Formats: sequence, structure tokens, C-alpha cells
Amino acid sequence: MPEDLNWAIGGEAGDGIDSTGKIFAQALSRAGRHVFTSKDFASRIRGGYTAYKVRTSVDRVESVVDRLDILIALTERTIHENEDELHEDSVIIYDGERSTMQDVEVPGDATALEVPLKRLAEDAGGAIMLNVVALGAACEVTGFPIENLDESLEKRFGDKGEAIVENNKEAARKGQHYVQEEYGEFDYDMETTDEDYVLLNGDEAIGMGAIAAGCRFYSGYPITPATDVMEYMTGRVDQFGGKVVQAEDELSAINMALGAARAGARAMTATSGPGIDLMTETFGLVATSETPLVICDVMRSGPSTGMPTKQEQGDLNMTLYGGHGEIPRFVVAPTTVSECFWKTVEAFNLAEKYQTPVFLVSDLAMAVTEQTFSPDTFDMDEVEIDRGKVVDEDEIDTWLDEKGRFQAHFAAADGVSPRAFPGTTDGAHMTTGLEHDELGRRTEDTDVRIEQVDKRQRKVETAREQEDFDYREFGDPDADTLVISWGSNEGALREGLTLLEEDGYDVRFLSVPYIFPRPDLSEEIEAAEDVIVVECNATGQFADVIEHDVLERVQRINKYNGVRFKADELATEIKQTLDTPAEATQ
Amino acid sequence: MSSDVRFTDFKSDKQPTWCPGCGDFGTMNGMMKALAETGNDPDNTFIVAGIGCSGKIGTYMHSYALHGVHGRALPVGIGVKMANPDLEVMVSGGDGDGYSIGAGHFIHAVRRNVDMSYVVMDNRIYGLTKGQASPTSREDFETSTSPDGPNQPPVNPKALALASGATFIAQSFSSNAQRHAEIVKQAVEHDGFGFVNVYSPCVTFNDVDTYDYFRDAIVDLDDTDHDPADRDQAKDKILESDKEYMGVLYQDEDSVPFEEREGVEGSMAEIPDGAPEGAMDLVREFY
Repeated sequence: MPEDLNWAIGGEAGDGIDSTGKIFAQALSRAGRHVFTSKDFASRIRGGYTAYKVRTSVDRVESVVDRLDILIALTERTIHENEDELHEDSVIIYDGERSTMQDVEVPGDATALEVPLKRLAEDAGGAIMLNVVALGAACEVTGFPIENLDESLEKRFGDKGEAIVENNKEAARKGQHYVQEEYGEFDYDMETTDEDYVLLNGDEAIGMGAIAAGCRFYSGYPITPATDVMEYMTGRVDQFGGKVVQAEDELSAINMALGAARAGARAMTATSGPGIDLMTETFGLVATSETPLVICDVMRSGPSTGMPTKQEQGDLNMTLYGGHGEIPRFVVAPTTVSECFWKTVEAFNLAEKYQTPVFLVSDLAMAVTEQTFSPDTFDMDEVEIDRGKVVDEDEIDTWLDEKGRFQAHFAAADGVSPRAFPGTTDGAHMTTGLEHDELGRRTEDTDVRIEQVDKRQRKVETAREQEDFDYREFGDPDADTLVISWGSNEGALREGLTLLEEDGYDVRFLSVPYIFPRPDLSEEIEAAEDVIVVECNATGQFADVIEHDVLERVQRINKYNGVRFKADELATEIKQTLDTPAEATQ
Repeated sequence: MSSDVRFTDFKSDKQPTWCPGCGDFGTMNGMMKALAETGNDPDNTFIVAGIGCSGKIGTYMHSYALHGVHGRALPVGIGVKMANPDLEVMVSGGDGDGYSIGAGHFIHAVRRNVDMSYVVMDNRIYGLTKGQASPTSREDFETSTSPDGPNQPPVNPKALALASGATFIAQSFSSNAQRHAEIVKQAVEHDGFGFVNVYSPCVTFNDVDTYDYFRDAIVDLDDTDHDPADRDQAKDKILESDKEYMGVLYQDEDSVPFEEREGVEGSMAEIPDGAPEGAMDLVREFY
């Protein structure tokens, strides 16, 4: 486990919790510390309880843990909500002068640090800066040089003028001095390094990956937690000749994206579970019209409206099987925030090479996690674009039938037909969601039907031969215990492995980003004594898939309370699972 | 675009399976004429068709085309045009496709005002499913699923369009070949969303809204002093329940298409072989 520090600010929605947390996270990032953030939040604009949590270390951090060292509590409820994570060395910073915080009881042996946040903020120029006073206080407690905060404050408040920036810097120092004078030294000592990191979340990584991959058209409908993808691309994709359109609903969003893709643009839509339900209507059309389209599902707790601001990996079956009839498709699930970028790039290439829908499946945990990376992680020179079998006017003759008609659904040996963008001379053709012939014209001819179904299906086989749908491997390759997971659990499991190792448990961990087509894990499973599949859902959807693949029972760790997996919790769970005879868990 | 395009160039070699006498034959001929007369050719034209008898039009015409999901033709058309404004986009469907299952998209396509035309073959019946009430069926129109009539007033699509901020609203009639082609042509030429509702009678399942009915009822706006630039006049005519008008009811001559207002300049199809120049700046933003 890294030498980490866990910090949080909590209060009511509308208290500026997110922006304050982000200022601190950015300051840490710029000071060369790694950061992994998370949010406790509710689907409301004001009130309730919300928190922004920062785990930071000089070494990489890949997960959240159940431990809180420094807590800035703007409300009493914030303390109660985090009671289980506090310990005897925890420090709780709050404003004891506020009428609502008079009778605050600090749990256990944690240190109560009363700081008159509001009064000090007023002294610095306005009560609105009370969160920044708290940041200054936190800098003092953690031994984090306050100068690091200045740059973040400039970034956050720069457009409001120099006076506002200076007032905020002053507010931070008032918090710092107050703690210095009233409380003296604390044990925490946050090192800084010369590294310079970038800080971004999974939705932003997907949006950036899309632009890098040449996506020029995005249509979507706002929905938590996918809206950040749309907000990221709005304005930015314009700089590269593209456009974001906010559609009237998800039915429209996916059909607009489909239209743009027919016109030759790399196009994408992103949504979450309820939106995927609506879009399902169009999956079949995307596949049978052989239109390259990236459909991103940033999963949240379902079913129905479920828990919009909570984590779940419950849409695997939906993306794998959604829609009536049978269609070829790809399902790709990035396993980290940085992989959200690279898998998005890959999704666009797969979509165009095989002219199919590609489901890019992310989740709330990655969408709300801001994580530090070396900027080289996103080396744009490494981005490769493969547009597949696009034919221009010089090549089109090859693909015309004896009557000079373009064969948009030519039953090629590899299943992939030529593609002519509208505007290409002699390329005019239709396509339809009805079964069609090689010219795209409706048919119910049984032989043609079989030819077209087989042709579409062959694309999957071609992809299996041409692509490298492999897993990411961690831990001890010779261990008898095999843990398999998909999507965002990779970080928590990697750190969990370290904890297990300290306790003498050797584990081989396979993190699988390709859900379909997926790697064949038969040999790995055969070589293991215990196989555990970890995922954030109640029924074990990926476990079902894996069991189906190998026809062998696996043990499962499932979680469905709305909270993502945590490293230490997972370590315990895995130990318990291993200590229980397999039969007893069935 | 070549100048010697004939309207038959837009015809495919598939023979329509519409019932003999169906209004859709005339509607389609007018669309092909309008496209040819506005200087388009099949290789720069994109037709989007809905589902229903009308939806078969994509198969019978020759151009780039997509026949999609029931009710979603308009969003597809918007996507095509946004991604490549150089294409001529024409969307076509029926009254069920446009005003029932796709009614939500209709309202928003109207207010979005993308430069395309939308030709609705309105026969006031569901024909392909063999005769059920459509959103434009009369209140007392008896069908297999509405033995006493739908018992609800028909949708007034032109009023919906006007209320949604339409910049072009027209009514046409499939059997008046010349006027129909002229009206669709005006919709194609309009800078924005050119909406044409076409009375396109179903000879098999609708024995009320027949050719005879429309011939008697229709008043050609060209024979009146109607001023299509006057929104109030348009409103009055659209809300008159006992008259059927033919012609351009409303046109905003100052209309600027959505894609132009949004600054879309050309086709989005061409992209570089790798990440675009300046992409590393996107990473640096996250410092």
C-alpha cells in the first residue's frame, strides 16, 4: 500500500464541495503527488449530503480506501456519514462558531479542529471563501506547502479578476495561520516532488479519446453520469471541425449519430442505463445497415431510474445482448481512467474496420474519479486511425455489379463490405433495417437472408483473427488463486493484491477489457484451483459469461449497495471466499 | 452535380408494391422532379425513409438512402446534414411515422430548422398494417381497432409545426402532379426545414378521405390572396377546420439553417491519419 493520505470535504449540495475538492486535488497534482478522487453525491441540486474525497500519495494510487485522515466538515451530517472511516489520528476541521455546529461530537479519539472558517473568510474579503480558509487549515495540518494551492486558486478564480484571486490566497493563509497559532504541529508531512501530472476523470478521458480518434459528431441527451462526456466535447470538438448536438431524447440521439456516421463522420453517443434502454431500439439498425457507431454506456445503479449517483456494473447483459434478433457487435470496457482514452480510440477503429456498433462500457466510478497521470500517458503520436474499407471514386468501379450498382453489403469473405461516403460518384445506394441483398434492397429470399446473416457474423470471426482481444495481467502468474474482473475494479484489485500478498495470499489477477469478443480463459481457469470473478452487480453477469465459456463453476464476489469496491474490503472478501469451501458458497 | 439530371435518374429498378392507385406514386414522382429540378443528382442526395407504406420509397428511388426505425427518420436526416451540409437531405414518411411514434422528433426537427425537406405522405390511415386509425384519422372514422372511431380529434401537423417555430409549412396533394412537384421544390429550395404535408390517399383502407373528397375540398392558395410571409394569415388558414388548402402556407424568408448558425462548415467525413494537430493541447488543459 502506498504511503497515502485520505482527505475529504463534505457538506450540502450547493456548498461548493466539488470545486473546493478539485482545487485541492489540482494543487496536489501540480505538487507532484498522485491523486485519486471520489465523490459521495446525491441526485439533487441543493441540500442533502455531498463529499469530495481525495486519496493522495507520492506513489501511484489506484483506488479508494475505507480510511479518512483529514475531514473538512461543513455540516454535522458530514461527520456522521464518515464515522466508520475515521480513526484515532483523524483530524476534523469545522467551524465551531456556526450555530449549526455548536454541539458537534467528534467520534472516538479523532482530533476536533475548530476553525472559525466564516469569520476568517469575512476578514479576507467575504464569507463565500470559507471553504478556501478550510483548505488553508488543511494545508497546515498536512504539512503541505500552501504555495501549491496558489496556482489552483489562480486557475479556478483567474477569470474573476486578480483581486478575487488575491483574496482567496489571503483566505487560505488565514486558515493556515489560525491552525498554526491555535493548535501547533501535526504528525502529517506531505512530500512534494518535481513531477507534473495531469488530472482528469473517465468521462473526460472518453471525450478526449473521441476527439483524438477523429470523432466529429456527438449527439446525446443529458444523463448522470455520462453528461461529462458531452460537456467535455461541447466547444472542444468544434475546434476540430466537429459538433455536439443535444437531442430531444436518446431515441433521437442515437439516430442522429447513425445519420452522421452514414454521412461518413466518426460519430458517437454516450448515455447511461435508462438511455441505453431507449437506444436499444436502434442497435439492430446500426448493425444491419453496417454503420460504424460508438455507443458509450457510463453505467450507474439500475434498474429503472435506480440510484442515479451510485456505482454499478449492471449493464453487461444489456450491451452484450440488448435488442431483438441477433447482431454482431463489439463490447469494450476500459479498466482504468487512462484506458478510457485508449479504448475509445480503439472503439472507433473497430467500428469502422468492421462496420458494426461498438459498445464502450464505462461506469460511474470512473466517471467521477479524477486521477493523476503523466501527460505521456496520452501521447497523441501513438493514436492510430484505421478507417477500414472506405472506397473513393477511383476504386468504386471494383465494387459495382454488372448493372453498375454499388454493392454496399457485398458478401465479402471476411464479412466486411466496401463503404462509400455519400457524395461519392456512382456510390449511391440504399440500406435498411429490413433484411436486404448486397445492394441494400429489402428481401425475404431465404438464400440471400442466410448469405447476409452469415456475412455479418463473419466480421466477428475476422476480428478474432485480426485483433488482439487480450486481458491485462497482474499479481503472481503461478498462483493457484485466479481473480477475474472487468471494468473499473482493476485499480482496487491491484492494491488489494498487495494487501493479500502481505498476508501470504498469492493471487493471479486478470483484468478483462474485452467483453465481446473476449479472450478465451479456459487454460487460465484450468490451471487455477480457485477462480473468483469480481464485479459490481448482484447477479454476476460477467461470471455467467465466464462460466458459460468454460462450463466450470467459479466463486463470485458481488456488491450491489451502490458503493464501488475498496481495496481493503476486497482483500477481506477474497480471504473470506478462499477460507470458505467452494461448495458452501454455491 | 450535373446539369442534365432527369427525374427518372432518381428512380431505382425496383417496382413499387404499392396498391394500384395509391397516392404514394404521385408523391414520389413529385419528390424526384423536385430533386432533379433543383440541380441535385443521386450521388449528392440522401433520402431517409420511415416505416410504413411511405417508408418503401427509399427502395423505389435511387440515391444514397437509409430506411430506418419507425418514427426516427428525422433524427437520421439531421445527423446526415450536420455531418455533411453539402448533401441534399430529404426525409419522407407517413402520418403514423411522423405524427404518432415520431411526433416528438417532428416538433424538435421543426424548431431545430436544419436545411432539409420533410415530405409526409398523409393518408389518414395505417395502411401497411391493414387499416387502423392514424393520428390524422377523423374522430368518427371507423376502423378495425376503433369500431366507433378514434373518439379523439386528429392531430393538426401544420399547427404543430407553426407552434414549434417552423420556417416553412406547405400542404400538397399527390394527384395534382404539377403543383405537388412545385411545392416540394420550394421546400427543397427553402433555407431551413421545408415541411410538406401531402394528402396521399389510400385507396384500399380509407373510403372517407378519398381522391374525390380532396379534389372537392382543396383550395389552391395560388387562387387566393394568401401571403405566405404573413404568419397570422398562415395561422388562421391552418386552424380553419372546414377547409383543405394546397400551397405554401408559411415561409420565413429570413430563415438561417441550424447548421449554419452552429458554424458547421463542411463535411466531417475527412479526418487525419492520426490524432489531429493540436491534440496534445487537450492533454495540457488537465494540468
